[in-house]
Amino acid sequence: MAPTSRTILICSGKGGVGKTTLTANLGIALARLGLRTVVLDADFGLRNLDLLLGLENRIVFTAQEVLAESCRLEQALVKHKQEPNLALLPAGNPRMLEWLKPEDMQTIVGMLQKQFDYVLIDCPAGIEDGFKNAVAAAKEAIVITTPEVSAVRDADRVIGLLNTNGVAPVQLVLNRVRPKMMANQEMLAVDDVTDILALPLLGLVLEDEQVIVSTNRGEPLTLNGSSSPAARAYGNVARRLQGEDVPLIDPAKEGRGLRAKVRRLMQKKIF
Amino acid sequence: MTLRDILDKLLRRQPASASTARERLQLVLAHDRSDLSPELLDQMRREIFEVVARYVEVDLDEGDVSLETEDRVTALVANLPIRRPLAVNRNDA
Repeated sequence: MAPTSRTILICSGKGGVGKTTLTANLGIALARLGLRTVVLDADFGLRNLDLLLGLENRIVFTAQEVLAESCRLEQALVKHKQEPNLALLPAGNPRMLEWLKPEDMQTIVGMLQKQFDYVLIDCPAGIEDGFKNAVAAAKEAIVITTPEVSAVRDADRVIGLLNTNGVAPVQLVLNRVRPKMMANQEMLAVDDVTDILALPLLGLVLEDEQVIVSTNRGEPLTLNGSSSPAARAYGNVARRLQGEDVPLIDPAKEGRGLRAKVRRLMQKKIF
Repeated sequence: MTLRDILDKLLRRQPASASTARERLQLVLAHDRSDLSPELLDQMRREIFEVVARYVEVDLDEGDVSLETEDRVTALVANLPIRRPLAVNRNDA
């Protein structure tokens, strides 16, 4: 094992809250910090990590062939062209789900830990077998959620399961935050979510249209030093993982001008 | 209480939805975490009332047994106002 190798599961319970986007962007951001990083697509049923990284045409072998020992790990790893510190281990055929065991995931992750500083596991949605396999191989976890009741509820279930499986530390990334709606108290506040889930906040990502643009292109936002809000947020998550003290943005301070001032006045506690 | 809350009250507007979301979440999570269905909780509530009623006269209309949760710890909270002790328990010398 690389002496400092960290294996982090990225999970959410609910689908569509941003697991794969976070995995892709965080992978690139860590690689850009000079860390040897591998992203492992553990979503064998509905894989998409290759697509977000723009590596879908370069897959030859997958985790399946590595496990069957019909290829070496190095042959299956897809190195990112622009960011050579990042590699992808693609998910195998969906039929793998029929025989894949938690021990198989541990075997794969064990191999990856030998040569990478960071192993990021993109977890499938749900809490069934795919999730259980991925959890078995993880040391720590990042739970990603949005400020919506369904996403927070599912995140809570996942946190409970991570706790019983001894995964620690578990940290939170709050995604798709809309400062205006929060200021109008039409969206759960950051404190509401962190209080309810009782997790330390690792990152706060504002709703950002550039995320869609970047997935269209297969170029994660963190790849080209974009200064869009989401790109900065993902970069900050990477630096915080590395122990750097990067202050969180305050959604209430986003937006200047009279409107924002009035909104702040309206939500100030007066008694 | 914020200025917004006061305005909502004055104009009889619906309060902002974030507080509704917070309350609904806290309730549903208390149930999720304890793995108690509303029916089971109801049954437990009735039985607790029965047991307590053997010792003191409780105000059933005012009473409440509910799940509350804070920092991922869920607690069963019973709030049962006592009207007066039952005669059998009174120590009349």
